[in-house]
Amino acid sequence: MAHAATLEIANLSMQYQVEGKKLPVLDNITLSIKPGEFVSIVGSSGCGKSTLLRLIIGLENEYQGDIFLDGNRIVGTSLERGIVFQEHRLFPWLTVEQNVGLGLLNASGSEAGKRTSVQEHIELVGLKGFENAYPYQLSGGMSQRVAIARALVNRPEVLLLDEPFGALDALTRSHLQQELQRIWEQEGITMILVTHDVEEAAYLGDRIVVMQPRPGRIKRIVDVPLARPRDRASADFTAIEEAVLGEFSDKSQVELLSVTAQQSRVSDW
Amino acid sequence: MSKLTDIQQDGLPNSPSGALSKIQWRGWVLPLALLVLWWLVTAQGWVNTRLIVPPANVLKVAVTTLSDPLFYQGVLFSVGRDLSGFFFGSLAGVLLGTLLGVSRLADRLIGPTFHTVRQISLFAWLPLLSSWLGYGELSKLVFISLSTLYPVALGTFEGVRSVTKAHAEVARVFRFSRMQMLSRLILPAATPQIATGLTLGLVYAWVATIGSEFLLANWGNGLGNIVIKGRAAFNIELIIFGMLAIGGVGVFFNRIAVRIESRALRWRGPRV
Repeated sequence: MAHAATLEIANLSMQYQVEGKKLPVLDNITLSIKPGEFVSIVGSSGCGKSTLLRLIIGLENEYQGDIFLDGNRIVGTSLERGIVFQEHRLFPWLTVEQNVGLGLLNASGSEAGKRTSVQEHIELVGLKGFENAYPYQLSGGMSQRVAIARALVNRPEVLLLDEPFGALDALTRSHLQQELQRIWEQEGITMILVTHDVEEAAYLGDRIVVMQPRPGRIKRIVDVPLARPRDRASADFTAIEEAVLGEFSDKSQVELLSVTAQQSRVSDW
Repeated sequence: MSKLTDIQQDGLPNSPSGALSKIQWRGWVLPLALLVLWWLVTAQGWVNTRLIVPPANVLKVAVTTLSDPLFYQGVLFSVGRDLSGFFFGSLAGVLLGTLLGVSRLADRLIGPTFHTVRQISLFAWLPLLSSWLGYGELSKLVFISLSTLYPVALGTFEGVRSVTKAHAEVARVFRFSRMQMLSRLILPAATPQIATGLTLGLVYAWVATIGSEFLLANWGNGLGNIVIKGRAAFNIELIIFGMLAIGGVGVFFNRIAVRIESRALRWRGPRV
């Protein structure tokens, strides 16, 4: 089992330069994530939730404040941190097996050990028998499973998920949510899920971080003290969903949303 | 005929072969009709048969030429020239296209010159090449390489530019080195356009091979020289046979290219 990481985010702020002007994207984010914890981040578009993930993975490096993984400041990308994007981003010229193997390209270990690991992770996401298939032969859900296997194969300490099921149909999505929960329990690693789906956030997360836009801030953190697997129809579950949704429905938020519509050009983050 | 069907099936594995062979058959209608027309106008004496010779005479010359070992030597010389020029030209083309595609600096420095020089018709290079290098093998080789270079460099350039930011980010997440970026991401992503460039380059190389045998003629051996000899002797039959042989070799090359291409690009799935 992989070592699970502690993630410390302190006073994190970030701006984009748009036509010479500074546009705040994230403002003073402070968040502490325990090893093995599953944290969901929800927010409307433009609240900087994806940018936050890009900072943690190390694809963006211009920020103020601190991001520490197990006490070490994050600089650039690292094999300790894995990510699943909204689009599967598989390499279409590689088979399922070769795509998963990309995750181990720069990892240490023997070739035989890597092959075993690839095979294990293909089985973990339920794609045994599809090792030699090309991405064009896979459905959206299967492709996303490969992307999850590729992200997990080098046993990262933290897995970031950027709306990974956003483009899938409802049935596939709910099935993959269950699968992701099983994988999280099996691997025991820290996971951070960004989503705009409140039900998904509540189903998977130990905590739900609610963000608000312009600039992106943490509005509230909702604990989800429910045993797994969770019953989406239970009163406790819907109460948590409503608590989160309540954060989106106040007056100031509506005003902000109308501003969002006017500034749609810069809100495509 | 069966070979052609096979190639088509490589590209379209799900199509029923019956429908395909029907489509292939239609491709033969026009050439056969022209052949019949050719035979008719010459047999009826409607044209000057010294200029438009009867098909039967061409066939006779073909049989004679095909039984002459010198002919095969000529084919080998031409094909050898073609392939060596193609090899150097496509190697240089892939290198140049990759350089222009990955390096903004190289694109700014070399790009404008490359695109300007490209406007010079390839055959306009011949006087310069023959002045510098004479009429021998070297100037033919340089000419064929140059002809191959442009389509391959352009295809490679476009392919390299088509790499998406999304895939580049995946490569960064997995900490690809520069070499891995090139060998695992950029070149594989560019293969469809490189393949198109190479296929086109092969056509250009063959055109240049025959062209160089015409225009840098030093009475050497080659398929192009057969046509030259035919013209010198006012042997229209030999000219027509030479043209058919040149076309035949070109078609053969193209079939091999299509086959290799569809094998290299099978990850794209069946194309409709």
